[in-house]
Amino acid sequence: MKVTMFHFMPYRDLPEEFPGSLPSAWVDAPWWEYGDANKVTDYYNWSIDELMLAAKLGFDAVGTNEHHQNPYGFMCNPNLFGAILARMTREQGLDQVAILQLGATISSSPPIRLAEEYAVIDCLSGGRLIAGLPTGLGTDVSISNGITPMEHRERWREGIELMLKAWTAKEFFAWNGKYTQLARVNLWPRPVQEPHPPVLIPGAASSSTWDFCHDRDYPYAYLSYFGGKSAHNVMDRFWERAAAKGKDANPYRASFLQIVGVAETDRKAEELYSKHIEYFYHKLLHMPLGYISPPGNTDYRSMLNVFISGKNLLQISDFTTDLKPLKAKDMIEKEFVVIGSPATVRDKLEAMAKRINVGHLMVVLQFGSMSNELTRKNIELFARDVLPHLQKLWEDQNWENHWWPKKLRNRPARQREMATA
Amino acid sequence: MPTARIKTIPVRHCNFEAKVKTAGNGPPLLYLHAAGGPIWDPFVEGLTERYTVYAPHHPGTGETAREAIYAVESLWDLVLIYDEILDALNLNSVPVIGTSFGGMMACELAAHRPERVSKMVVLDPIGLWREDAPVAPYMLVPPEKLVAMLYKHLDSPPVQKALEMPSDPKALALATADLVWALGATGKFVWPIPDKGLKKRLHRVKAPTLIVWGEDDALVSAIYANEFAQRIANSRVEIIKDCGHVPQVERLEILNPMVAGFLNA
Repeated sequence: MKVTMFHFMPYRDLPEEFPGSLPSAWVDAPWWEYGDANKVTDYYNWSIDELMLAAKLGFDAVGTNEHHQNPYGFMCNPNLFGAILARMTREQGLDQVAILQLGATISSSPPIRLAEEYAVIDCLSGGRLIAGLPTGLGTDVSISNGITPMEHRERWREGIELMLKAWTAKEFFAWNGKYTQLARVNLWPRPVQEPHPPVLIPGAASSSTWDFCHDRDYPYAYLSYFGGKSAHNVMDRFWERAAAKGKDANPYRASFLQIVGVAETDRKAEELYSKHIEYFYHKLLHMPLGYISPPGNTDYRSMLNVFISGKNLLQISDFTTDLKPLKAKDMIEKEFVVIGSPATVRDKLEAMAKRINVGHLMVVLQFGSMSNELTRKNIELFARDVLPHLQKLWEDQNWENHWWPKKLRNRPARQREMATA
Repeated sequence: MPTARIKTIPVRHCNFEAKVKTAGNGPPLLYLHAAGGPIWDPFVEGLTERYTVYAPHHPGTGETAREAIYAVESLWDLVLIYDEILDALNLNSVPVIGTSFGGMMACELAAHRPERVSKMVVLDPIGLWREDAPVAPYMLVPPEKLVAMLYKHLDSPPVQKALEMPSDPKALALATADLVWALGATGKFVWPIPDKGLKKRLHRVKAPTLIVWGEDDALVSAIYANEFAQRIANSRVEIIKDCGHVPQVERLEILNPMVAGFLNA
C-alpha cells in the first residue's frame, strides 16, 4: 500500500466558544474576529515542516489540497505548497517521495494555468507529481469563487480534458470549449512524466464521479471524515460499479483518507487526541449542507439517488449528521478517527484497507488544534511502528499500481531509502 | 374547473423541448413561475377563469427533461427560448405575469421584445441590486430559514397549504430533488448575485406595468419596487401590507382584484 501524509493546514487556535452562533465555520467566520496573521505564519511553516518530517521518515507521498474562506484549511492554492515540497524533498535527497496534489480545484481556476502549475511541480520534482483533479466543494467553487453551481461539474470535466490535451498534444491546437476558449495552445513547460503525470479523482460519494473514473480508468479517492466503517456502503457500490463496467478489483484504483492519532497506549492516545478530535469535528466541520452542495452542484441523478436511498447509502452522511452531541470517545468508537497504540492503529487500518479494498491510504496526522510538537510525535510514532507494516499490504498480490509515478512504483519509499542508505 | 394540459413545443434554440402548462378560457396570458419551479396555485387557477393561461416550465423543471438545463448556457439563450415559445404559440402581443425569478424573466422578455408584451405584472421580482439592500442569497439558506424568509405569516392556512409536501417517502424524495434542482436551474441565471444587466435594459420595456410587492419581503426588499418603477416608463407600484415575498399565497384576496383591475383597464 502507498501511504501519504496529508495536511489541511487548519487554524489551530480557535477560541473555546467557537463557532457559537455562527451559521458556518466556512465563509461565515469573520477573519477580523478570529484570524491572526502572525499565528498563520507559524501554521504554514509548521505544516510544511510536518510534511517534510513525514517525507524523511519514509512516507510514500506528501499531500496538500485547496480550500477557501475558512479555518478548516486554507491552502488557497495547493500548488504553492506542492512547489515548496517538490523543491525541499529534492534538495534533501528525498527523491523517492511523491508529491500528491489533491489538489487544485479545476472548476474555479483557469485550467490552462493549472496544467502549467502541475507541470512546474512535475519538473521541479523530477517526475514525482500525482495530479489530483478534484471537483472541489460547492462552498469553495461557488461561494468563495462565484462559479454557478450548475456549471461546476461541466467546468470540471472540460477543464480536465483541456489539461490532458495541453500536457500531451504535439501540435498547436485551438480550444473552443464552453468555458474556455483559447486560439493557440502550446504549453510551457510540459510535465516530465510521459504521457502525463498519474491523475487522481477525489470525490464525496457521488455516483457520477465513480462512473467518470471507471470510464477512463482513473483512480478514485473517497474523502470522508467518518471512517472506514461508514465507507463500506460507498466503496462497495464503487467496486460494484467497477465490476459492472468490466474493471478489475485492483485496490490501487481506490484511495481513502483517514484521521489517525498514535500514542504509546490506547488510553494515552485518547487522552492526547480527544480535544483535537472534538475541535476538528465540532468547530472546523461546522458547515450546513447547502454550503457543501448548493442547488445545481450535485447532478439530478446523484441527488435523487441520495434522497431515495439516503440512509442506506451513507449511514453517516457528510455534514448532514449533527456532530455536536458526539464526544471524542464516540467518534473513536465509531472509528471516524483511528486513535490508539501502534498495534491498535495498525490492526484497524489494515482491516479497513482490506475491507474496502484500497491500495492508497492518505493519513491526516495533524488535525484540528494539534500543536507542532504533538504532530511531530504522531508522525514519528506512525512512521516507526505503523507505516512499515501498512506498506507491505497488497505486496503479496500481483496488482500493478498504474496510478503512481513510474519511477516510484516498484517498492515502498522506505525500502528504497534503506537500500540506498 | 378548466382542465390543464401540457403542450410540448420543440424549440430550435438550444434544442429545448419546452413544456407549457395550458388551461382556461379567454384571451391568452403568459405566466412565468418562481425559482422553486412550476406551481399551479390558487392564483394561477383563478386566472384561468378569465384567461387562457400559458405557463412554460423553466428548462430542467416541471415536465421538462432535467438535463435540458445544461444546454441553456446564458440568460440570452433563455430569453430567446421564451421568444421562440411565443412564436410557436402565435402569441404576438400578450399580457405577462411573473413572480420573483419569473418576474425578472418577464422583464427580460419585455425588454428584449417590447412589442410582444402587451401588459406586465411582476410580483416581488429579483433582477436588480442595491448595495444598501442586498437580495438575500436564497440558494444558500437552509430550508427552514428559507421558508421563514419567504412568508410573513408561516402559520396561516394558505401558507401551510403551499408548504405541503408528499408523505410517501419516494414521492417526497422526488419532490425534494425537483425543488433543489429548480433552484439550481433558475439559479444558473442569477448566481451569485441577481444583477445580470437588467438595469441597463429595463428602459426598453413599453408594456404598462404593475409592480406588486409584499411590504415585508425579507428576500428582496420592497425598496426595489421603486427601482423597477423608475426604469419602466409606464408603470405603477402597489405595496401589499403585512405580506412577505409571496403575495399570491399570503394575500390572494388583495392581489386578485388588484391584478384583475390592472389587466382589465
